[in-house]
Amino acid sequence: MATITNKHKTEWKAVAARIMGVFVILAGIILAAALCTASEPPANSIPSIFEPRSTPADSIRHLSFFVLSITGLIFLVVFTLLTYVILKFRGKSGDRGREPAQVYGSTQIELAWTVIPILIVVVLFLATARVIHAIQDAPRPVGAVQVTAIGHQFWWEFRYPMLGIVTANELHVPVSDPTHPTPTFLKLLSADTDHSFWVPQLAGKTDLIPNHPNETWLDPHETGLFLGQCAQYCGTQHAKMLLRVYVDNPEEFAAWVRAQRQPANQDEKKAAGRHVFETTACLNCHAVGGTNGTGRFGPDLTHLMSRHTLASGAAENTPENLRLWIENPDAIKPGSLMPAMKLSDADLDALVRYLETLQ
Amino acid sequence: MSSDVMAIQSADAAGRSWTEVLHEWVTTVDHKRLGVLYILYALFFLVIGGIEATIIRIQLMRPHNDFVSPQVFNRMFTMHGTTMIFFVAMPILFGFANYLVPLMIGARDMAFPRLNAFSFWLTAFGGLLLYFSFLGGSGLYGAGNAPDVGWWAYAPLASRAFSPGHSSDYWTIALLASGFGSIGTAINIIATIISMRCPGMKLSRMPLLAWLNLVMSGMVLLAITPLSAAQLMLLVDRYLGGHFFDTQAGGSATLWMHFFWIFGHPEVYVLIIPCFAFASEIIPVFSRKPIFGYPVMVGATVCIAFVSMSVWAHHMFTIGMNSYANSFFAITTMAVGVPTGIKIFNWLGTMWGGKIQFKTPMLFCMGFLFQFLIAGLTGIMLSAAPFNWQLSGSYFVVAHFHYVIVGGILFALFGAFYYWYPKITGRMLNEGLGKLHFWMFLIGFHLTFDLMHIPGLLGMPRRIYTYEPGRGWETLNLLVTIGAFIQGIATLVFVANLIISYFKGAKAGNDPWDAWTLEWSVSSPPPAYNFSSIPTVASRRPLWDLKHPEDPDSRYE
Repeated sequence: MATITNKHKTEWKAVAARIMGVFVILAGIILAAALCTASEPPANSIPSIFEPRSTPADSIRHLSFFVLSITGLIFLVVFTLLTYVILKFRGKSGDRGREPAQVYGSTQIELAWTVIPILIVVVLFLATARVIHAIQDAPRPVGAVQVTAIGHQFWWEFRYPMLGIVTANELHVPVSDPTHPTPTFLKLLSADTDHSFWVPQLAGKTDLIPNHPNETWLDPHETGLFLGQCAQYCGTQHAKMLLRVYVDNPEEFAAWVRAQRQPANQDEKKAAGRHVFETTACLNCHAVGGTNGTGRFGPDLTHLMSRHTLASGAAENTPENLRLWIENPDAIKPGSLMPAMKLSDADLDALVRYLETLQ
Repeated sequence: MSSDVMAIQSADAAGRSWTEVLHEWVTTVDHKRLGVLYILYALFFLVIGGIEATIIRIQLMRPHNDFVSPQVFNRMFTMHGTTMIFFVAMPILFGFANYLVPLMIGARDMAFPRLNAFSFWLTAFGGLLLYFSFLGGSGLYGAGNAPDVGWWAYAPLASRAFSPGHSSDYWTIALLASGFGSIGTAINIIATIISMRCPGMKLSRMPLLAWLNLVMSGMVLLAITPLSAAQLMLLVDRYLGGHFFDTQAGGSATLWMHFFWIFGHPEVYVLIIPCFAFASEIIPVFSRKPIFGYPVMVGATVCIAFVSMSVWAHHMFTIGMNSYANSFFAITTMAVGVPTGIKIFNWLGTMWGGKIQFKTPMLFCMGFLFQFLIAGLTGIMLSAAPFNWQLSGSYFVVAHFHYVIVGGILFALFGAFYYWYPKITGRMLNEGLGKLHFWMFLIGFHLTFDLMHIPGLLGMPRRIYTYEPGRGWETLNLLVTIGAFIQGIATLVFVANLIISYFKGAKAGNDPWDAWTLEWSVSSPPPAYNFSSIPTVASRRPLWDLKHPEDPDSRYE
């Protein structure tokens, strides 16, 4: 009898050890991954939803911690029960043919595991509804900045109707002081297919749907650059429809607004390049204030050089990249709607020199 | 009728030419053969869909990778999703339902054998049509291509303006055809279960597998019809100048979303409920106890079916619905968790006090239970609408639904394969290879899909063919890809096991698992028309009653 018990114990231990082994391996992998992730950060380069820098993203994180702790607790309880059952009620090699007691159910137990989940659902729902209301039905203070964001295949157009600014891909907003909040309210439109505006550290995502205007708001309480990108599949180059939001302090923001409201540079030394711009297909899609280019299919170029990136964040805004982008957009962003311009080298150089003056 | 019986029986005889055998398989109306055809067809597409997944994972292994072009990548994820849902999961589950339901309710065939064959070939045609798009997608001008609009084909991306050529049409018509096939099979399953049960098999004595397939079929009727309607509307838009989804002309992009998800969400339950059914058959047998709380299990399933019809817009929390609509869909979604939790607890209750045998089918069911628990809990996270505004459309969602589909559905399916393969072929699957398959797949699965949640939390959206370095996504994506390869190898072990065991496996006998439902009372494989004389049952476990005349179940009913 004693030997049989021992044998069962060793079997039991072997299984426990095997299961533990799997978990140790998995935990090790996850830990290693977490460490690798942790060793890479310049601040804000990782757009984590758990490092919010703006009011709506903050309230989402609060809610998510609450939901995570409840689901984590449920997981622990059920996981422990399952593991216990698996370890405790293993069949023994000796009981072939002997069946365990046949139990068909129990009304009391069924009732218990129906009522408790219902209570949990009620609590979760109330917490959720509160945050839905707080974010979606937030009042708009007087100092709010108004921006219209228009999604295009595959770039972002930003218009500030009260300030008379039109720019692309890089959104500038003022930091918001809790005592005098200056949140930014975005009206979201689409020029073609569905897109989604997502800067995880500033707010949850909201879709830009043609013929269906939406709204979202940011209330950043820290300056810096925040990264995001289009989060609704919109076509070939959905992956390179990146978003950069610069949260400026009030002085910087005012300076940026002043600079953006300047007319485009009219440097006569670069007239050759401007001539290329005005006499080729560029102006069908692009606008530069003060020229006859008023196209709206592509980004407004009036202050192109004030932006850090080209092609909706796909490349750094350097003269070489700019030249390559005009010459062969597919080299940077295959499938983008900008055509290769087939300019002569001389025209291309003149055009790039001209565009470089558009500060 | 008797001549059909003769024909089917003589097909098994050796010495017939392969053309005659082929002819018999193509023209068969036998539920078991159609079941096998469904399953083989789905396994074929499982391999194709798996290859597409591998291409996706290689491309995402490191940032700015150029293994495939963005166009090819977009086709790959579109085809991967469409294939896995419509041409793997649906047909494989219909295959098992086709094979098992008549056997388990003591019937000789499905109610409408010809409709059954018609439905299968319609579905098969749909799959071939979808894949023909690789050749004919642009209209046979020499440069074909597959659809690249995502498996939701959101408007207006699928309109003529943004999806010229014919690739989207192949997608539309393939789904329309397979949808009609699904509706046919669903009607057939319902009719079979309602009208073909053997004497004594009251609805309250039906095996849970039959009950759950009945519920699933009802859901198919409700869910596939709006999808088919939407496909027709899309065709009208594309060819007859309609404007349902044409936003340039005042149409509505959100209308498509509603149509798609009122199909799409119940579809998840259409897929998972038959897997609940597998677990509800396998767990009791390997715990040596009857299912705990049978009536509650049935009630919970019906409840899931009803509630899941009113949760579809939780896929649309980010489209700018008002706060009341968002709250409504949050609570209905959370409510689904209650009956689902009840099911998990009842499986626990079944194992409690049992003598659990960890044969391969049971191992896969244990994997299913753990993983479905986690999938359910991440589902609760996604149901909290504001949390969803961060998670939706990110890799967290991708990880969540793969946890449901791979961790839940595929694990239960593997369990079903190991459990019923002896019945279908007459030979046992190899236990050693089975355990290797299980542990390798388990490790690969967790490596891939546990880690895949994290890039989503770090802001990585789905459906991007490449990503920027320095966002904390690189290492995770590399590990996810490695996990995908481990799963791929494990699947090869499984396929090898299927083939080797077919020729070399141990003979199964009628009842290798000492089980209790009617399919184990007949030979393996079952004879043509299943039962020489229709059985009569007196309880939910007729074979238990037979094996334990001193303590039959019928005494307690």
